[in-house]
Amino acid sequence: MKKIEYTKIKGHSIPYYGLLAGLGFTILLGLLSTWYMEHNGHHVTGMTNQIVWGMPHVFAIFLIIAASGALNVASIASVFGKKIYDPLSRLSALLALALLAGGLVVLLLDLGRPDRLIVAITKYNFKSIFAWNIILYTGFFGIVGAYIWMMMDHNMYKFKKKVGLVAFVWRLVLTTGTGSIFGFLVARSAYDAALMAPMFIVMSFGFGLAIFLLVLMASYNWTGRELGDAVVARLRNLLGVFVAASLYFTIVYHVTNLYITEHHGVEKFILSDGGIYTNLFWVGQVLIGGLLPLALIYAPGVRTCRKTLGAISTMIIIGGMCQVYVIVIGGQAYPMELFPGYEVSSSFFDGVVGQYSPTLPEVVLGVSGMAVSLLLVTFAMKALAFLPSSLADSVADPHAAK
Amino acid sequence: MSDQINDSRRSFLSKAAIAGSITIAPGVFLHQTAHAKPDDQAVSNDTRWGMLIDTDKCAKGCTGCVDACNNEHGLTGFGRPETDTQYIRKVSLVEKQTGHEISLPLMCQHCENPPCVDVCPTGASFKREDGIVLVDKHICIGCRYCMMACPYKARSFVHENIEDQTLSAPRGKGTVESCTMCTHRVDKDGIPACVEACTEDDHNAMLFGDLNDPDSEISKELKKHGGKQIRADLQLNTGVRYQGL
Repeated sequence: MKKIEYTKIKGHSIPYYGLLAGLGFTILLGLLSTWYMEHNGHHVTGMTNQIVWGMPHVFAIFLIIAASGALNVASIASVFGKKIYDPLSRLSALLALALLAGGLVVLLLDLGRPDRLIVAITKYNFKSIFAWNIILYTGFFGIVGAYIWMMMDHNMYKFKKKVGLVAFVWRLVLTTGTGSIFGFLVARSAYDAALMAPMFIVMSFGFGLAIFLLVLMASYNWTGRELGDAVVARLRNLLGVFVAASLYFTIVYHVTNLYITEHHGVEKFILSDGGIYTNLFWVGQVLIGGLLPLALIYAPGVRTCRKTLGAISTMIIIGGMCQVYVIVIGGQAYPMELFPGYEVSSSFFDGVVGQYSPTLPEVVLGVSGMAVSLLLVTFAMKALAFLPSSLADSVADPHAAK
Repeated sequence: MSDQINDSRRSFLSKAAIAGSITIAPGVFLHQTAHAKPDDQAVSNDTRWGMLIDTDKCAKGCTGCVDACNNEHGLTGFGRPETDTQYIRKVSLVEKQTGHEISLPLMCQHCENPPCVDVCPTGASFKREDGIVLVDKHICIGCRYCMMACPYKARSFVHENIEDQTLSAPRGKGTVESCTMCTHRVDKDGIPACVEACTEDDHNAMLFGDLNDPDSEISKELKKHGGKQIRADLQLNTGVRYQGL
């Protein structure tokens, strides 16, 4: 394995500026959506007193989960000493920061009072998992920022491994925190399970790596840098393991619920009677996000096909969005069981499945969060040397012939 | 001579007594009737306010308590039931096995261990010493996590611009709100508007009082006939109890 040389991307081309402009315009639309929602009040969205978290939260939670997962590649190099991942570490850490920033922007801009950000960061209720998360997110920026510094500064390089370990532990705690937002909710049948935390961690592995692969392949393709099969094949296999693990957690979650009588109602809702949620679960999460990618990853004949890998990664992202949608919206849509054994009705939609149709501003706000992440990555690659000049097999593969 | 002095003294004393009585009487009178908590005095946990609802007395189709609450807090609504605020709602129950019908009002249950307070990141959701669970609208950021956490779906998010608010119940777009157990009345020795309306309508299905005072009507009734908590399995020790469930 040769010494890795990192260089900034040139970023002078028209397509580069076009990309920046496109992302910037999307962010502008996101801000306009926020203004529209905040000016009129949330009644202009699809969110109600029954479905209190909507499409912005689906995007935000997906991005936050993916953020911690994107750091995995760097962790495998620093913490587990796998040399082939080492040249990818800078991009991995950058993507982690960018995805978290994108997710948090969406979460913030959907608040009823986003102008009270200062309250959120100065007043803490330490029993609230949300408050812990604010600390975990802030810490993540600091630690991963320092991690990038250690990686980039020759004088600090000796601390890379230690800081990498801290970042790895922190990201595990962070995703535990994100999962526990739901795991700690005793009120709703679909949540209230400690399994949520490890399940979110496993989901993060897949989501983060899928996005990482797309960004990696796109940036190497668009900048004319060489990306060898050795690196890509490793990442591809890893992706397969992550997707399988995610399916395993999905099975454990549902089988456990199916065993427990009080959860039969919500399981029937998600698995068979839930309409859109049932479709999103089986077609989106299980088929598009799980079985198909798994089949394609291990299918003979397309093992080195980059386009197939791009499609697999895209499917995992779509499946992941479906999964988060089913968890966040489906979990709320199923009516809370206040009076077991009774048919319930009221003027406040007790006993009925919550109706939710996402509106355009919500979707635009969510998409603009993704745009924030990509804009940060695109800009950072030009400002600092995040990408190795070449990841050709002769450079990146420790086992390549010298 | 001594008779004259005695007359004069008697007259003076009786006038002084009348004057004194007139001076002291309002104080004595007010002390007896208005032992409302002064504004600068904090509420204490010597009291725990609660409600007992007798579902057998709750008339089906009657929305007296809901209407009174809406009037009291200026909850006018915008004709959008999915986003309009409701502090209290009437719930109709039909037992699947027997067809037995029950009607009851449902609102914030003012839990001793409220999940909404646990999850609130800023501490805007809080519980007063006297057990009333409230939202501090000055520090609520509108994240709605409390609405996710409340097992009773008792909270509403203000989805619209609000005008013509009542002085006693300030509200704010983008923040969460719920039943306040009419603190503005309770702190002045009154009773919640819903309970008052139910009593005025002669249904008497709602009883308000101090759960910590063994001699209060609500405590005596609970001791005699008991009262159930909704979702008692969560062990939240709710301040609102139900009979006939």
